[in-house]
Amino acid sequence: MNMVNVTIDGVSVQVPSNYTVLEAAKQAGIKIPTLCYLKDVNEVGACRVCLVEIEKARALAAACVMPVSEGMVVHTNSKKVRDTRKATLEMILSDHNRDCLSCIRNKNCELQTLAEEYGIRKVTFEGVKSPSVYDDKSFSIVRDGSKCIKCGRCVSACKKQGIGVLSFLNRGFSTSVGPAYDISMADAPCIYCGQCIVSCPVGALHEKEDTDKVWDAIQDPSKHVVMQVAPAVRAAIGEEFGLPIGTRATGKMFAAMKRLGADKVYDTNWAADLTIMEEGTELLNRIKDGGVLPMITSCSPGWIRFCEFYYPEFIPNLSTCKSPHEMEGAIIKSYYAKQNNIDPKDIVVVSVMPCTSKKTEAAREQLVNADGLRDVDIVITTRELARMIREAGLDFNSLPDEGPDQDLLGEYTGAAVIFGATGGVMEAAVRTVADILEEKDLPEFEYKAVRGVDADIKEAELTLGGKNIRVAVAHSTAAARKLLDAIKDGSAPEYTFIEIMGCSGGCVCGGGQPQVAAQKLMDIDLRAERAKALYEEDAIMPERKSHKNSQVDKLYKEFLGTPNGHLAHELLHTTYAKREVYPDSILEE
Amino acid sequence: MDLFRAHVLVCCGTGCTSSNSTKILEQFEQQIPAQGLDKEVKVVHTGCFGLCAQGPIVVIYPEGVMYYRVTPEDVAEIVSEHLLKGRYVERLMAPKTDKTSESSSANDSNFFKKQLRVALRNCGNINPENIDEYIANDGYQALGKILTEKRDPMDIINEIKASGLRGRGGGGFPTGTKWEFAAKVENDTKYVCCNADEGDPGAFMDRSILEGDPHSVIEAMTIAGYCIGAHQGYVYIRAEYPIAVKRLQIAISQAKEYGLLGENIFDSGFSFDLDIRLGAGAFVCGEETALMRSIEGKRGNPTPRPPFPAVKGLFGKPTILNNVETYANIPVILNKGAEWFASVGTERSKGTKVFALGGKVNNVGLVEIPMGTTVREIVFDIGGGIPNGKAFKAVQTGGPSGGCIPASLLDTPIDYDNLVAAGSMMGSGGMIVMDEDTCMVDIAKFFLEFTVDESCGKCAPCRIGTKRMYELLTKITDGTGTLEDIDALEEVALSLKNGSLCALGQTAANPILSTLKHFRDEYVEHVVDKKCRCHVCKGLTEYYIDPEICKKCSLCAKKCPVNAITGEVGKVAYSIDTTKCIKCGACIENCKFKAVKKR
Repeated sequence: MNMVNVTIDGVSVQVPSNYTVLEAAKQAGIKIPTLCYLKDVNEVGACRVCLVEIEKARALAAACVMPVSEGMVVHTNSKKVRDTRKATLEMILSDHNRDCLSCIRNKNCELQTLAEEYGIRKVTFEGVKSPSVYDDKSFSIVRDGSKCIKCGRCVSACKKQGIGVLSFLNRGFSTSVGPAYDISMADAPCIYCGQCIVSCPVGALHEKEDTDKVWDAIQDPSKHVVMQVAPAVRAAIGEEFGLPIGTRATGKMFAAMKRLGADKVYDTNWAADLTIMEEGTELLNRIKDGGVLPMITSCSPGWIRFCEFYYPEFIPNLSTCKSPHEMEGAIIKSYYAKQNNIDPKDIVVVSVMPCTSKKTEAAREQLVNADGLRDVDIVITTRELARMIREAGLDFNSLPDEGPDQDLLGEYTGAAVIFGATGGVMEAAVRTVADILEEKDLPEFEYKAVRGVDADIKEAELTLGGKNIRVAVAHSTAAARKLLDAIKDGSAPEYTFIEIMGCSGGCVCGGGQPQVAAQKLMDIDLRAERAKALYEEDAIMPERKSHKNSQVDKLYKEFLGTPNGHLAHELLHTTYAKREVYPDSILEE
Repeated sequence: MDLFRAHVLVCCGTGCTSSNSTKILEQFEQQIPAQGLDKEVKVVHTGCFGLCAQGPIVVIYPEGVMYYRVTPEDVAEIVSEHLLKGRYVERLMAPKTDKTSESSSANDSNFFKKQLRVALRNCGNINPENIDEYIANDGYQALGKILTEKRDPMDIINEIKASGLRGRGGGGFPTGTKWEFAAKVENDTKYVCCNADEGDPGAFMDRSILEGDPHSVIEAMTIAGYCIGAHQGYVYIRAEYPIAVKRLQIAISQAKEYGLLGENIFDSGFSFDLDIRLGAGAFVCGEETALMRSIEGKRGNPTPRPPFPAVKGLFGKPTILNNVETYANIPVILNKGAEWFASVGTERSKGTKVFALGGKVNNVGLVEIPMGTTVREIVFDIGGGIPNGKAFKAVQTGGPSGGCIPASLLDTPIDYDNLVAAGSMMGSGGMIVMDEDTCMVDIAKFFLEFTVDESCGKCAPCRIGTKRMYELLTKITDGTGTLEDIDALEEVALSLKNGSLCALGQTAANPILSTLKHFRDEYVEHVVDKKCRCHVCKGLTEYYIDPEICKKCSLCAKKCPVNAITGEVGKVAYSIDTTKCIKCGACIENCKFKAVKKR
């Protein structure tokens, strides 16, 4: 790459010629404020907060999209720049619902931070607010148009996911963001991945909060509350308490959860191991019996909705395994209830997930048992757990390291932990399937080809039990679209097994994870940083293959029988159904 | 080829069409054969002559007699008198300007005398639906020469550069330089686009060219394609221009039929095709990047530059986009030479400019003047001055993106740079004349209302700022404004100018900034004295009846929709209860004695 010389506020830097002024300034140690900018997602120059003055240029330029050129001289802090930025910020604030104290993003809002940094003391240009919609009809996502600043980050994130449910509606001052015809998110063909939420700089998009339900259940003496937590949560919850990105906070997370007052706290990892037993067996059976291949994983509810909406022809390829937390819920309300002599009707299963789609998944009619009980009653996100911890007055960072409750569902292996990163389910499954086929405990079980975030579709050819099989891993629904299209048009090789996760990077970057400010995301690859925490935990686990989980083994022996057996099928497997995109019934309303 | 002794040209531009010129055309087509003249006289429907205020217009050659405000009923007389007996129908010849206007003494032919029709050269002279008529007027000669001589594209670009032609769409970027950028970018696929999304209120230059001379645009775009190495062009035209669209479609298919578009033009090996893309009428789609997004089928939002379209434009390919009028100049430049073109105009603005002259001026219509003509010449000589003996106040150029030029700058020679210096801009060529009764705050508000509606909403300053400025102007015109509001207005205006993403936002504040510059006293009057000197702003105007003049006829009271007027027929003079009055103006309109007044 050619290098060019640029002078920014008197500082000379040499930067690659494909850099923007924003990136060059960063290299020069100069921070340019941003708002609509979100690296690799939304680079549109719309908010005009990053304006800079470029010598000899006609107008001020948006640093986030302005490419550098040789000899360019930039001023980021001139009076003209400051005045214009400040007036623009005031304008944005004048059309923003400034109930900051009661906003879900209070103290974690990029607009609030900018207003503070820019010393905004009054809003000169008050006026009417643009028309807005408040939509909390879905189980997962709440849209509060009064907070929306029309930066377009969510629109771009949704488009980047290959879905495009969110788009700009209307024009000018009446511009708003929402699904076509401004229908509810509940009616839109949205997969609830929540990438819009983690992209939103303000409180215009957030998860449907369910913490009150959890508190109510905990307070209710007639209820037996069992909380479980997904692997990816530990890789990010520390961020909510100021710990560096990538900190593995497993111990403090369990300590905090136990102090919230639930009757039992488990790790969904236990069920991840169970999932591998079921899914691995299903794969082996499909290969053996000539079932539908490639088999595609079913852990990610965002991906499942995507498949049901947009690629229903692949429903037969989906593994019938429920997602791990649903399996855990089903076992809690059967085996665990029986062992503890508790009426399943009195059990409340709470899942702490990195995911917003799980909230809708838990309400699926296919995941309600014969007694009319849901496998999982309440799903809260990582962010909601953090709010509960704060509300409970716990000083997260000074808590001791603890683990989940150890009885019945307490054990887990390293294979389960990596479920939270892209390629993790694939690797966990292969670790087990390879051992089964080879009928030995293979010493080489790290499949690094399926790890990482450099490619959105990863492929590998594996030799299992003397047979070569092709596998693929796709993360993000856009990657899924690409992969499935290639399979449909015959340009893809014949895969046997495919892992698909709805979010890029896998669950560690799910829509329920802590929001990271766009300025911070300029420096790091969040997906890789968070995944590191999981691979770190995998490496220190005494057992790293799911079939070595002794409690899972015990479950089969004492309760389920064999993997994919009759009872296992009843409790741990599910069905899917095609969904109609924008059906007439919705549009006619 | 048939020879005719006379040609009857009937204007079928949008203005004349809307005042029934198609009926006139039909009448001529019926009456001429009825009088047995069909072998001697030919009827031609043409594009706009320009003097729309006097339309429908009919011109008869070889005499060149122009008939104004012709009705279908007049046709029989024209045929029997003029065409049959050779006697002019004089009652239809004098332009019906207001005799009280300042121009009543001026020579009415000034309307044409001071004009130089280059871009409009064929408008009103040829039948736009007949390619032969264009060809007969040097049409496709420039293209033919270039292709048959296999002229070096760079050579042509240099000639365009030497002509000094600058973009007529508003920005005034040198056309040749734009072509050169695109020509130098290497890519197998390039595009040539034409911006026919004319959106300024009151502007109809491009529309008239496309209606009157569509082939000139087709020829120029083909030449542009040859110069930059493009084989596909798009004309982006608003769907609200049905006549222009239809004539352009006819012209494209005729050009294809003649082998002047399509594969292997003039056997030169060069191929170029042209398609029309209809716009839904969003003003912002006149902005080049938004226009291209719209052609691509996306939401018509502007995107940041760089990358410039010459590098990465339509569908990500190198693209040039010029406005209709710019293209219309190209064949002339190549036929007559760059030197000729550059001899017209001012130092940095060469050639002519078409303006749509409107507002408070006698000769509303389409005019084309050499650059350097003064505002005064346009308004008073060509435009025939202000109607009803009113005083000139200002002229707005550049539409909602432009600004007001006050009387003190009437002698400003019009060119790109002078207009910018005066706080306005060339824009695409709208020119709205305002008289002493025009409130400058109200006019700024009028333009802002337009930009509020037309802002795409992408960038924050324009989306919110236009609305806030409109709100502040509403306060000021309502009589609730303060001096601080004027400051705030200026602050928002400046941040829009400096901070907006595209030219729409960057110029949206011009009507405010220029009126603040030249007419600040009117703003101050509104907020301090609570007075609108023009009695336009309702919040600052009171209606009253002069008892001295009132004839106690009661008509005003009968017409008042809110019963605000009381009195007694023949006995008590009528008066208005200002607490009830809604200032609708019904009383003023109906009082035969001008007893109802505003203060």
